[in-house]
Amino acid sequence: MTAAVVLLIVIILALAAPFYASTIAHTDPFRSTLTAKIVVDGKRVPVMAPSTEGLGLGVTPIGPTFQAQYFLGADTQGRDVAARLLYGGRNSLMIASASTLLCLTLATLIGVVSGFFGGTTDMLLSRFLDVLWAFPVYLLAISLSIILIAQGISIGPITIDSGSLALPIAIIGIIYVPYVARPVRGQVIALKKSEFVLASTGLGIPRWRILLFDILPNVMTTLIVFVPLMMALNIITESSLSFLSIGVQPPDASWGTIIQDGQALLYNRPVVSLAPGIAIVITVLALNILGDGVRDAFDPRSKLRPR
Amino acid sequence: MITALIRRLVEMLFVMFGISVMVFLIFFATPGSDPAARIAGRNASQETVAQVRLDFGFDKPLPVQYGLMMKRLFVDQDLKSFVNRGQNVVPQVIEATPVTLSLVFGAAVLWVLGGLAVGVVAAAVQGSLLDKGLMVLALIGVSMPVFWFGEVMNLITQARLHDTWMFSWVPALGYKPLTTAPWEWFKTLVIPWITLAVLYIGIYGRVLRANLVEAYQEDFIRTARAKGLSPMRVMLRHALRVSLIPFITMFGLDFGVLVGGSALLTEVVFGLNGIGHLTYTALLNLDLPMILATVIYAAFFVVLANAVVDVLYIFIDPRMREA
Amino acid sequence: MANPDQPALLEVEQLKVSFATDRGRVTAINDVSFRIDEGEFVAIVGESGSGKTVSLLSILGLTDPRTTSVEGAAHFRGKPILGLKDSALRKIRGKEIAFIPQDPLTAMTPVHTIGWQIVEQIRTHQSISAAAARRRAVELLDEVGLPNPEAAFGRYPHQLSGGMRQRAVIAMALSCNPALLIADEPTTALDVTVQAQVLELLKRLRRDHGSAIVLITHDMGVVAEVADRVMVMYAGRVVERGTAREVFAAPQHPYTWGLIASIPPVDGPRPHRLPSIAGTPPTPANIPAGCGFAPRCPHRFAACDSLPPRLPRDGHGAFCHLDEATRARLAAAPETAR
Repeated sequence: MTAAVVLLIVIILALAAPFYASTIAHTDPFRSTLTAKIVVDGKRVPVMAPSTEGLGLGVTPIGPTFQAQYFLGADTQGRDVAARLLYGGRNSLMIASASTLLCLTLATLIGVVSGFFGGTTDMLLSRFLDVLWAFPVYLLAISLSIILIAQGISIGPITIDSGSLALPIAIIGIIYVPYVARPVRGQVIALKKSEFVLASTGLGIPRWRILLFDILPNVMTTLIVFVPLMMALNIITESSLSFLSIGVQPPDASWGTIIQDGQALLYNRPVVSLAPGIAIVITVLALNILGDGVRDAFDPRSKLRPR
Repeated sequence: MITALIRRLVEMLFVMFGISVMVFLIFFATPGSDPAARIAGRNASQETVAQVRLDFGFDKPLPVQYGLMMKRLFVDQDLKSFVNRGQNVVPQVIEATPVTLSLVFGAAVLWVLGGLAVGVVAAAVQGSLLDKGLMVLALIGVSMPVFWFGEVMNLITQARLHDTWMFSWVPALGYKPLTTAPWEWFKTLVIPWITLAVLYIGIYGRVLRANLVEAYQEDFIRTARAKGLSPMRVMLRHALRVSLIPFITMFGLDFGVLVGGSALLTEVVFGLNGIGHLTYTALLNLDLPMILATVIYAAFFVVLANAVVDVLYIFIDPRMREA
Repeated sequence: MANPDQPALLEVEQLKVSFATDRGRVTAINDVSFRIDEGEFVAIVGESGSGKTVSLLSILGLTDPRTTSVEGAAHFRGKPILGLKDSALRKIRGKEIAFIPQDPLTAMTPVHTIGWQIVEQIRTHQSISAAAARRRAVELLDEVGLPNPEAAFGRYPHQLSGGMRQRAVIAMALSCNPALLIADEPTTALDVTVQAQVLELLKRLRRDHGSAIVLITHDMGVVAEVADRVMVMYAGRVVERGTAREVFAAPQHPYTWGLIASIPPVDGPRPHRLPSIAGTPPTPANIPAGCGFAPRCPHRFAACDSLPPRLPRDGHGAFCHLDEATRARLAAAPETAR
């Protein structure tokens, strides 16, 4: 329950990003502002101050001011971290949701077709899943993204720009397909042999009706269990890919890209990296707790069995 | 049993073949781009691109291209990086292997011990406050991106608390070879080991606890208790022994995947020049031959690890022996 | 049969077992008292859910202490065992009182050999060498009638047939020469022919070892074959108790009538269909306040809303409001007894 509330708050905050940026922080989180000055405690201070630490070379962005502007300080390009954090959250959540949807759709399609029709179709699809499954997800993601993100992709009339969010969505959506498709296939095969499906077949009910009304509804419950766990996994994956610079492309933000931006500032302005990380941990933790709850609700085995 | 082994071997070869084809297709048959231009790297001259096209036979049909590529990778081992002019790719992969192995081995020891401890203790005191606390910690471990946790560890041990007695022993980032400086090797790797292990301790602890709790519902646990065995013995020799089978499977897969390059986030954060780091640098440079080599190497390693786990299975689970 | 001068092998008094569930505390066993003497063969009969297994498991401390509370008293050879520390109870469990579980496939740890599991039990309770324990285990396997006991020693549970597994489980239970064997439906999972062999084996073991045996079963036919005394349980209470002869000759509780009527006749014409007791037994959560059997009883009357008088400590008796005259009348006209 707490987990659901936390998630709701995270989502609302992320959705409020444009409002925050324009009305509260008065900043454009996507434009670098290296020369701006703001008022803190009645004094005008530069957002990017000449460094005073170490050799005094370069500039250090302003730290957390805990006021409307630069609440969490600025990043290397003088952009408001708090505003970027909210915008980044929007992208992270959006990518995670869209890729979860994509993954579950593809996996259900493959799993159901493979399990329900069997034969050569099943053999080919299963082999394909085996190969995909043996492929470490990050390497698959790297292979896909080095091709896609470098130049974008155009298949026939569809052209996807190299900076588009659709690319990380597609990549993350594809790499986890076997992890869902395999259990779905197993479940479909088990359902196909179950008494009630055999009974329906015996009654002469057409196959497509059995598929639609007997098998799919049962598969749906499995998918529901997967949703929060896949979301959690996808948020982590998105941030990891963005950290490797093959996820969300600049100037767009996501929690992963902000952590990467903050890497250079880690020892001076750790908050730039810490804040998005904490946001990830909170969100993913809430999703995992929710996932445990959903799984328990759908899995009667996890209940106490009285003898 | 022999036929089972042979079948597994054939399956393994098939999956390896499938992966190499898939990588090949992703790299060289993605519609709408010129693979020769990619291999030549950024800002390559027209002549270089033409040279590459000829070298790799991109004017020939796809199956021939595939054959040529595999020959260069495995038989001649003369695939060259076009970004770092003419460096052979395969020796670099071999050079990076010990770093990755060091990182993953150490972390594996930690996470197996940690995972066992967390799982067994939590299951033994199931429902208590300690159990709940351990599970929350494990869940937090699972919910942290490993690269971010690595940065936090760096922040603490390299900067904020580096000058205190706690972390003054932590050397600067980087790898020291085991053979020349074993003590330095150990010291540089402690923090990366812990970082990488935390996530897996979380996963393994949770899975093991769930398996143990399920095992405790089984009749054979009741039999074991009815025999008058001590709770410790019931836990370790019966419940844990049975739950160890999925645990070992998981371990084999994760170990394979990590050695195969999934430790790259940890390697990048801690500046360890392992396979993952190699892949990462190649990625930044768009060094296609290098990525091709590391990815195929990694995928093969994972497939091999899977096969080893399956064989191990035969030894730890008597029920599998007759298959 | 009971000899009040000598302490009983196992004496249970007013045992009450309750579980914590989502909907509060639920009493599964209420006011169960019985005694078992050395060398006796006692059958506890009842449908599944009547509490026959739980009552014995709770005495052995094998119920989950987090969800189950056990009240009352139990004495083993005069020593109290209920509420004993687990470490002290373990010296009795497996050594003095052995447990033969129901389904032998799931009852043995799948990853250890049969022999390993028997040796484990022997060496837990006796300090003897591994080699001696091994010899003893092979002897036991031979004694329970496993062909080629040497080979069976190294087999895994899944490699034996159901009957052989049940024999192996019995060998394990016997390994420390227990004074009391508790057999929980040992024949339920087996074929009819194998069932008979296992029952024969139990009878023979009692003769050879002198162990008392408590047989938990739902099969009145099995009881008639082997038991000295019978305890019928229903909805967490003992509803009838007596020697096997008494109970079969003159059953007193309507539930026992139903159970006996449902034994298929050995000879004579085959009945068109076996009589059965209408309805289903209550779950522990909805046991009625009065007589637990009343809702299914064809002879219930006003008094059945209250608890019947306590069973007598010894001898034949039933936990029922019917008086002797009514019983005799009903017994004389069996068709009304269904």
